Amino acid sequence: MADFDQELDASGLNCPLPILRAKKTLGGMESGQVLRIVATDPGSVKDFEAFCNQTGNTLLDSGEEGGKFVFRIQKS
Amino acid sequence: MTKKLAIIATKGTLDWAYPPYILASTAAALGYDVQVFFTFYGLQLVRKDLSALKVSPLGNPGMPMKMPFGPKGFRDINWNIPNFIQANVPGFESLATALMKQTIANNGVASIGELRELCQEADVKFIACQMTVELFGFSHSDFIDGLEYGGAATFFEFAGESDICLYV
Repeated sequence: MADFDQELDASGLNCPLPILRAKKTLGGMESGQVLRIVATDPGSVKDFEAFCNQTGNTLLDSGEEGGKFVFRIQKS
Repeated sequence: MTKKLAIIATKGTLDWAYPPYILASTAAALGYDVQVFFTFYGLQLVRKDLSALKVSPLGNPGMPMKMPFGPKGFRDINWNIPNFIQANVPGFESLATALMKQTIANNGVASIGELRELCQEADVKFIACQMTVELFGFSHSDFIDGLEYGGAATFFEFAGESDICLYV
């Protein structure tokens, strides 16, 4: 079983698009659901942390996989 | 209590179109209530036709002049073109603008039209300065829908209660 409910591929997108797409995707999800995001923008590492701190969503984990940045965010 | 961001957008070039739209769309995504007041050359950012947005390397020593195509070694060259050549070659600005747009696309950076739409989708409120609309001979039909028209007092009504107020 996958450890997320939805996935967003933000590869190739640059600031602020990964954040804007994530916000939009989270908007269509239920509270408690988990969104997995894949991004290539190195700035997104700090940005998703800041996004979660300010929006109350939980950043479950953030890491690198095959040269890409992967995040899991749980909707508040 | 919802935080508020007020921005005054005064520049009408392709490069300076980015800061207001990036900050406004991001703040909206973070839950801010956002208003952008477009005045003077900033009015170019809310026109239906965005083709007037250009980038000028002339008199802008901070702008790297690099090619968006070709092998890496070629792309890394910074073309140091003297001001007097930039000023005298017809179409130099259009060429620089075309190259900049290609660089923007290559880097996965959104276009201004795209960022503007994202702002509107996120309920960022746009206000155009009525005085400069008239001063520059524009009519309301030159501008996108969803724009409000007002003056300095309209801006202060929101800006006076804002948490962040930026002049771009």
